[in-house]
Amino acid sequence: MALGNKALAVRTDLSFGDIIRERSGEDVHSCYYCQKCTAGCPTAFVMDYKPAQLLRMIQLGQRERVLSSTTIWMCIGCEACGTRCPNQIRLAPVMDVLRQMALDEDYAPETAVYSLHRSFLDSIRMWGRMHEVTMLAQFKTLELLKEYPVFFKGLLGDMKLGADLLLNGKLSFIPDRIKGVDEIRALYEEAAATSSREKESEVSG
Amino acid sequence: MSTRVDAPMRYTYYPGCTSETTAVEFGLSTEVVCEALGMELIELDDWNCCGASSAHSLDHELGLALPGRNVALAQQAGLDIVIPCPACYQHCRDADIRMRDDLAWREKMERILRFRYEGKARPRHLLEVLSRDLGKEMLRKRVTRPLEGLKVASYYGCVLVRPPELTGWDDPEHPVTMDQLIHEVGGEAIDWSYKVDCCGASLTLSRGDIVTELSTRIVEGAAEAGADCIVSVCGMCEINLDTRQAPGSREKMPVFYLTELLALAFGLPRVERWLRRHSIDPRPLLRERKLL
Repeated sequence: MALGNKALAVRTDLSFGDIIRERSGEDVHSCYYCQKCTAGCPTAFVMDYKPAQLLRMIQLGQRERVLSSTTIWMCIGCEACGTRCPNQIRLAPVMDVLRQMALDEDYAPETAVYSLHRSFLDSIRMWGRMHEVTMLAQFKTLELLKEYPVFFKGLLGDMKLGADLLLNGKLSFIPDRIKGVDEIRALYEEAAATSSREKESEVSG
Repeated sequence: MSTRVDAPMRYTYYPGCTSETTAVEFGLSTEVVCEALGMELIELDDWNCCGASSAHSLDHELGLALPGRNVALAQQAGLDIVIPCPACYQHCRDADIRMRDDLAWREKMERILRFRYEGKARPRHLLEVLSRDLGKEMLRKRVTRPLEGLKVASYYGCVLVRPPELTGWDDPEHPVTMDQLIHEVGGEAIDWSYKVDCCGASLTLSRGDIVTELSTRIVEGAAEAGADCIVSVCGMCEINLDTRQAPGSREKMPVFYLTELLALAFGLPRVERWLRRHSIDPRPLLRERKLL
């Protein structure tokens, strides 16, 4: 029987759960859906699929749905779920793996969250430490270029916050560059090499 | 032996990026309080950012490698590493455990960073060190102005006590170490239900709306339980609670770092140089309680 409704036609990849288990070290197959993770999750209210639903979808191999969900970008890694899971599944490392896979496979990330992380990492690569002022300038530019309604929506509140921090002398304009910045860059290169090896082995596997 | 008691307590100190900027109150008060308690903090030379929420969010290996460099730098001194920020603490601890357990990873890090892993420099959170290494007597002895009449909601947040496999020095659902320290210095640590709820952490810059909702809920919980103020040991929690309380009928609640309250109780000089830098000025409350 052909499925008329496209939304119901979920393609499955039964190796998906195994890949996630392998890469995160968390046994996602042992979830029996008690939903404690969902009950305790501080950001479940802004997720399209709740944490327990996402786990179930991983078990069922619903790769595309999982990797395009907002859930993976809304998880802040607070570890409430992992602490309470009767099967000791920590979702924080699972979410880390899912985000990395989503980026590798060109699924669109949640713009604001992704742009912030990207700007933060570029700042560390440049200085060895995080420098708020240049990091925020890059973040706001990325947001403006990619999704300007988001940029304007938060602008007023952010400006107020920024002014507050400035007045209290909490922002420094001159970045602090560490001596070992070459070592930092070597770590970035090594991580990028590992990540592309993982990507290749999945494509060929 | 008595020599052990008298020996100075020496630690490697990892301040973290925010200790001089958005959490400058925490950085300044940590240094003076530790000095007053006879703890010698030796700043880790050339430390780097631990990667915060961003490294592990986008790249698993980078999330271990960046804090790994700090663990590497601390090997030579071989002293425990005191870390005031819970996220820095969690990442450095994760990196240390990974190097301890995973030989291939350790060798790779040793090769890139040219060091030898000894496993002696344990990353520890400041709160753990204050509550475990000092003893109640030492703290009590130092108090010159007890925080009498101050009702404090101790707020632990997320990764300070979680996951228990990484932390293990306090209960992950009902932690008490901070409450005990408040009690030791004469304050009243109230019972409340939001001790380990998350403030929204790094979403504050990308999704401030979510953080406002979460942080406001925590502050309202503290107010309902009868607290005058909240105390935290996290630069992220403090700034979220201090700047993201939704406007409402309730008066805004001051948020302190634990070390600020300790400095006050110890009667240390110049506490105003950091108290004046909060978004919600805590000084009217302190004056009202005759603590300033």
